[in-house]
Amino acid sequence: MKAPTTRHPAGLEPAGGPSLGRRAVLAGGVGIIVMALPLRALARPSLQEAVAGFTGGAPVNAGRVKLTVPPLVENGNAVGVTVEVESPMSEASHVRRIGLFNEKNPQADVAVFRLGPRNGRARIATRIRLATSQTLLAVAELSDGTYWSSEANVIVTLAACIEDLS
Amino acid sequence: MTRSLVSVPGTARRGDIVDVRAMIAHPMETGYRMGPNGVAIPRRIITRFVCTYGGEEVFAAAFFPAVSANPFVSFSLVATESGTVGFAWTDDEGQTETASAEIVVS
Repeated sequence: MKAPTTRHPAGLEPAGGPSLGRRAVLAGGVGIIVMALPLRALARPSLQEAVAGFTGGAPVNAGRVKLTVPPLVENGNAVGVTVEVESPMSEASHVRRIGLFNEKNPQADVAVFRLGPRNGRARIATRIRLATSQTLLAVAELSDGTYWSSEANVIVTLAACIEDLS
Repeated sequence: MTRSLVSVPGTARRGDIVDVRAMIAHPMETGYRMGPNGVAIPRRIITRFVCTYGGEEVFAAAFFPAVSANPFVSFSLVATESGTVGFAWTDDEGQTETASAEIVVS
């Protein structure tokens, strides 16, 4: 850092004064970015928190649910997802709700579906966005109040909402 | 004007399980994207989808920004009676779009 000292003789101005200001601004900028990252990460509830919000804290068992996603997706903007739950879908025993959650999108919730005995079959399909390669989780609430789940891993080569990736 | 596309079989036998598909043209803007001028594009998504059969709600969904543009959903229904299958999509500004299809059950 010779340039500033040669321009401003010692004593008149602190050595590197103007460049220090620039550096401070730069450091501040970096600080803001560094601060923003964890804040943003904190703002997003974790997968577990989102599922707990759906189940109201009830335990979730693995099984009975079949989540089908292509293992390798070229375009994260529209990923076909199918959720199927083993259930007779009768008045006495049916699926009440199916929740779909993700691990790494800016928001953990994807969609919640409400079903009943008039659906005849507990099978739904939709298309979703994935910001990056991650795990998807489907949770089903049965009429007896139990929760069942299934997860699937997806590799995404072209992500949705690239601007959001850090 | 948004456009929707629904698929319900025209005829079915009583007790059959029929497949229903519904899709609506909608950008489903997530609110996480930046426009070319660096300003965040405001969120605009469909938050709720409801399907009625014979006037009764038989299926509903809550959508979050992770649902793709032109949201598509497929599910099934038990053909119980001839009547109207109605579809309604509501976005976060409260605007509702509807569509319907007739089913004849023999």
